[in-house]
Amino acid sequence: MKPMPAGLRVLTGLTVVLFGLALYMVFVYAPREVVMGEVQRVFYFHVAAGWVGALAFLVVAIAGIIYLTRGGRRWDHVAVASVEIGVVFTLINIASGSIWARPIWNTWWTWDPRLVTATVMELVYIAYLMLRQGIEDPDRRAKLGAVYGIVGFISVPMTFLSIRLLRTIHPVVIGSGDPTAEGAFDMTPRMLQAFLFSLLTFTFVYASLLWHRLRLQSLADRVEELKLRVLSA
Amino acid sequence: MLLQEGPADTLGYMLLGYGVILGIMAVYLVNLLLRFRNLRQDRALLEDLVDETEQSAQ
Repeated sequence: MKPMPAGLRVLTGLTVVLFGLALYMVFVYAPREVVMGEVQRVFYFHVAAGWVGALAFLVVAIAGIIYLTRGGRRWDHVAVASVEIGVVFTLINIASGSIWARPIWNTWWTWDPRLVTATVMELVYIAYLMLRQGIEDPDRRAKLGAVYGIVGFISVPMTFLSIRLLRTIHPVVIGSGDPTAEGAFDMTPRMLQAFLFSLLTFTFVYASLLWHRLRLQSLADRVEELKLRVLSA
Repeated sequence: MLLQEGPADTLGYMLLGYGVILGIMAVYLVNLLLRFRNLRQDRALLEDLVDETEQSAQ
């Protein structure tokens, strides 16, 4: 495996710096929300994690389309790497949302459209990973994964639109929302800056992780190749 | 009617929230690092085996 490319070193370093700055903005720069108190600060990384999940699953769908139309095992690698990252960050989104909900909604969980659709989305992509494990042939695995990744993406806009189309307790922070939603708040300029910076930071986190994960996949492929050579010798 | 004096005390939930967020990220990073390490060890071992096999075949 080739040494870490200079571009990846720069990206990783930049991501670490941005993450540190994001933590500063969340805990120091952004003001405390007047009603919810400190727990509102979870919002910044909660939404940013949800954004990474949606972005990752979008990349999966695009990679699937490219794989089916042009071929190229690399696109299958991009898809599986992106699913893995998306599953992790959607889990962060759901778990942090639950913790935020406890003091605000007085419950860890409720069968609200946003919570349900987000959980369904998470399960769809966990199933993607499990499905791949059960298929031996790499080409068949890649094709099935591509189709699944494209169809599974339907769950992403459903999750995003759920709070805008259905009656929900989940707040819509940007734009108008259901007046019965609990936990809504108006963002001050500093809050908005911290929010947007968190989104930017997590985008860099996604890009870094994806690149590292792809390198891991290259290493795994090399190991498989060597195993075949040893077995055939 | 009682008026709320300042924000609710939810510091504990914030700490729990960020503990979970950073914890899950850390677990994933450690997982990646361990997978890298294990694959590098496997690669080194297999490369030695391939060399030995090719030398003995000559």
